[in-house]
Amino acid sequence: MSTAVANNTRNADKANPNGSRIISSRTRVFSYIFLSVTAFLWIIPLAWTLYTSLRPEADTNKYGYLSTGGSFNFDNFSQAWTQGLFAKYFVNSAIITIPAVIITLFLASMVAFAVSRYTWKFNITLLILFTAGNLLPQQILAAPLFQMYKHFPLPLSVSDSGSLLNTFYGVIIANVAFQVGFCTFVLSNYMKALPSELGEAARVDGAGVFRQYWQIIMPLTRPALAALGTLEFIWIYNDFFWALLFIQSGDRLPITTGINNLNGVFAQNYNLIAAGAIMTAVPTLVVYLVLQKQFVAGLTLGSSKG
Amino acid sequence: MALTADSTPATGPDPAPAVRKGRRRLRTFSRGDKVILSLMVGIPLLYEAVLVWLPALLSVGLSFTNARLDITQPGGVKLVGLSNYRFIAQDYPPFMPALEHNLIWLLFLTLIATPLGLFIAVLLDFNLRGSWLYQSVFFIPVMLSLALVGIIWQLMYSSDSGLINSVLGTAGQPGAVDWFGNSKINLWAALIATSWKHVGYIMILYLAGLKGVDPTLKEAAAIDGATAAQTFFRVVFPAMRPINIIVIVITVIEALRAFDIVYIINRGTNGLELVSALVVQNLIGEGTNIGVGAALATVLLVVSLVPITIYLGRTFRKEMR
Repeated sequence: MSTAVANNTRNADKANPNGSRIISSRTRVFSYIFLSVTAFLWIIPLAWTLYTSLRPEADTNKYGYLSTGGSFNFDNFSQAWTQGLFAKYFVNSAIITIPAVIITLFLASMVAFAVSRYTWKFNITLLILFTAGNLLPQQILAAPLFQMYKHFPLPLSVSDSGSLLNTFYGVIIANVAFQVGFCTFVLSNYMKALPSELGEAARVDGAGVFRQYWQIIMPLTRPALAALGTLEFIWIYNDFFWALLFIQSGDRLPITTGINNLNGVFAQNYNLIAAGAIMTAVPTLVVYLVLQKQFVAGLTLGSSKG
Repeated sequence: MALTADSTPATGPDPAPAVRKGRRRLRTFSRGDKVILSLMVGIPLLYEAVLVWLPALLSVGLSFTNARLDITQPGGVKLVGLSNYRFIAQDYPPFMPALEHNLIWLLFLTLIATPLGLFIAVLLDFNLRGSWLYQSVFFIPVMLSLALVGIIWQLMYSSDSGLINSVLGTAGQPGAVDWFGNSKINLWAALIATSWKHVGYIMILYLAGLKGVDPTLKEAAAIDGATAAQTFFRVVFPAMRPINIIVIVITVIEALRAFDIVYIINRGTNGLELVSALVVQNLIGEGTNIGVGAALATVLLVVSLVPITIYLGRTFRKEMR
């Protein structure tokens, strides 16, 4: 897999000087026009949301939403922050997302290590079971999972519902279960590409299986782990459904599910809704700016084999 | 994760006499190693079995029962045969529209959004100047949740202050179009919003696929006098066959999984019925009926298994041999 990525970039570099020669100038002009028009259309929704969020409601009411009159400030953001439980939502998202990503990668990497480094009878069956689990629509599992959670007793000191319902654990557990499959698939492909002599040498040196996994294979898998970690962070942060199903208290929702309440809380105040939308997008946009390469690598790792 | 040791050079003294290449068989392990390996596979496997496969099977099971609010309901849960299925087919008005909407969703993504993503990827692959900028623009929506996409497009579509009605001059007027509210058009409005994200996703996958195509193929075609279109359809597209299949499967699965955006708009009612949303409507709130919800979930499961099987069959075929 790593070699595939390396090849890709090399091909890209090679293609660059030739790129202009491959297409005619007419094609180039058409491409520029098409891409510019489409990209312009594509940026409008976000630009409009940002623009609306910066204007006080009084001004947009007076001049209309499609206008340039009035003042621009961040008042909507501070108002939305305090009124809309945003601080809580963000903390909840962090409480759910960070452990879920770590546990997902940990579980997936163990299975991937076992199936990719050693020959088992049921290797493929295992991988199929794990991969398929991730492709199902979440709603298929909803009714039984809800019942299982409801009838899973927990001491009141751990969960005030006395069950897994309405807890962060419940949401984390479901997210992990749903993401482990994809990560197992990607990581096992990656680990298969590592030379098998690595394990042999370590074994000669007397390293046990777990040490081979943790000290030899895992460090070499770091690029894939970084890519998957970024991707999973976005996916779990963006998950809407599990919290919708399992969390009943509004103040325990993660942000992605919490925005379901924006319309009600902000009573059709579109300026506040816009500010809320922008704030919700900020963490993903930060990841986009900082870790775009990792994210793309994660997405394409899963699809580059077939 | 913080404990990760520094990547100690994994090259032992000399792995040279690796006559027996390939991976190890289990029987060469010590007992301790066997236990550890079993745990490494067993714990995640148990987890996955209990939280994914068991519930999926239980959904099928519950669909044949009269469970309503809870599986411990008074009188117990009884088998009722196919009556939940008969109910959704005959006496549950939103079911047929939901099937139809899922199909429209699938066709729209397959015939419009996915080809558009491919087309944009092809143009970006020409390595025009500034292509990173275009790429970023199409890429940003991919990072956003579909729930948030729904909120953002509500600001575009709203009848009293949305951008579209403002541009048309109908905002707040009687002639305003309520894009998300009007049941004749809201499916299409939701599809456009969904495509805003889907196109970028497909673009990324195809950009990687296109970069993987040997550039000398394209050069050879260009030297032979092929136009850009000919080069693409006769050389590049066939060379991307593996990724084409994965993209199709992803598109089908996305169409079956569509839920967040319609739920944000109106919980999947009034023109936006989807099977996934009907499942949830039968599990949350007053109309709770577990048996009916499970029957709908089973329908969704059976349909989903088609693309999943194709995908897995293709992916693992090589290894099965």
